[in-house]
Amino acid sequence: MNLAVRQVLAVVHKDLMVEMRARDLLNVMLTFAVLSLIIFNLALDLRGPTVQEVGPGLLWLTIAFAAILGMGRTFVREHDRGTLAGLLLAPIDRGTLFVAKLLANLIFLLIMEAVALPMFALLFNLPVLRPSVILITVCGTLGFAILGTTFSAMAAHSRAREALLPLLLLPTTVPILIGAVQATSNAINGAEGGPPWLGLLIAFDVIFFTVSYLLFAFAVEG
Amino acid sequence: MGDSDSVASLAVEALGLAKNYGPQVALDQVELSLGENERLAVLGPNGSGKTTLISVLSTAMRPSAGSLRIMGYDSTDAPNDVRRHIGVVAHRTYLYEELSARENLIFYGRLFGTSDLAVRADMLLDLVDIYARRHDQVGSLSRGMQQRVALARALVHDPAVLLLDEPDTGLDQEHLDLLASLVTGSKIPPRAVILTTHNLERALDLCHRVAVLAQGRLAYQADSASLDRTALLDAYRRLAGAAL
Repeated sequence: MNLAVRQVLAVVHKDLMVEMRARDLLNVMLTFAVLSLIIFNLALDLRGPTVQEVGPGLLWLTIAFAAILGMGRTFVREHDRGTLAGLLLAPIDRGTLFVAKLLANLIFLLIMEAVALPMFALLFNLPVLRPSVILITVCGTLGFAILGTTFSAMAAHSRAREALLPLLLLPTTVPILIGAVQATSNAINGAEGGPPWLGLLIAFDVIFFTVSYLLFAFAVEG
Repeated sequence: MGDSDSVASLAVEALGLAKNYGPQVALDQVELSLGENERLAVLGPNGSGKTTLISVLSTAMRPSAGSLRIMGYDSTDAPNDVRRHIGVVAHRTYLYEELSARENLIFYGRLFGTSDLAVRADMLLDLVDIYARRHDQVGSLSRGMQQRVALARALVHDPAVLLLDEPDTGLDQEHLDLLASLVTGSKIPPRAVILTTHNLERALDLCHRVAVLAQGRLAYQADSASLDRTALLDAYRRLAGAAL
């Protein structure tokens, strides 16, 4: 097996083991997502056509904010404990490190969504567990994970990192959010025609991945 | 190894190495060469630039000026080739507290593409006298134990050059002897070593050469064999303006 692939697998495996034992990332994301959905459900009396219009937006807002909370921790943990320096002293290409951290973040986000999506379906009575919505969720989540990985690496070096990550991430994820909300809305409502939102979402993923892969060395080395 | 053949006998070669933090000069025109299996101790008062020197040599920091070659590889052009050949023990242990000592070694070994990792990890943990607690999470180990695991981590890929920044931190007398055996190569194959320390005797005992770093400059270098403690202390006081 190629060394880069083995390095990616090593970092992902390590991140999963650390999180399984520390549980300070998934617990925060899951708790936030569950609480947000419950509060939205209680605070907004959504019924009939309104829930179909507003529901996808609520779902993606929940995912976006939970992602910001969780991904902010991934590099901060490495930075504060000094292990990021250890990682960077290994002969690992920074692009390879980016892919490894991205995969780990993506897995954490998908675990959170594996809880949030059924709960959303239950509370809002919307068919979000159909394959088309799951595909959109994976594509949208990938976009969040790509930008979140890059910006959390960048923000980890800053003293104002808690504020910096949302400030960097929220504006740049607007295209992902719009694409994901629209695509989810179309998939739920069975709407046809209009812009190919899923295709746009995938295009943004490809663009963001390429740029992040190339610039990650500057982000992570500070 | 390509262009490394011409300088194969030099493990470390630094020319005009400098590092600035804004207007503050941390390293100034450092000239350093170290042969394979040669050991150099760097002494200096707090703030003299010892940690910065190790950081630059380890590629953790880019130099502001000058060039650095390790095992023939240029640290700017081929940083990953340099990293493949160095093992680093710094102030931080670089260990994951949630992982066991053995898991940490296996993780870092995988990043370096080390083969027979399980066997090598066990051998190194036995060497640093932590084998009995190899499955314990690093967070549950004392600072001295963590430092020994950090030593094993730095050796996991069998590096040609070992960079040790005050490696005696937290070690008791028994394990200071262990550190000496690792540095001098009596328990493992010898290699080039650069270590920083405040301990004069340790510097003279462990290393072929001793250097004094003062205000970012390598102001003094001498062979340990030609020095005694008094001569080194005089040189240190004269150059660093501080007491040991």
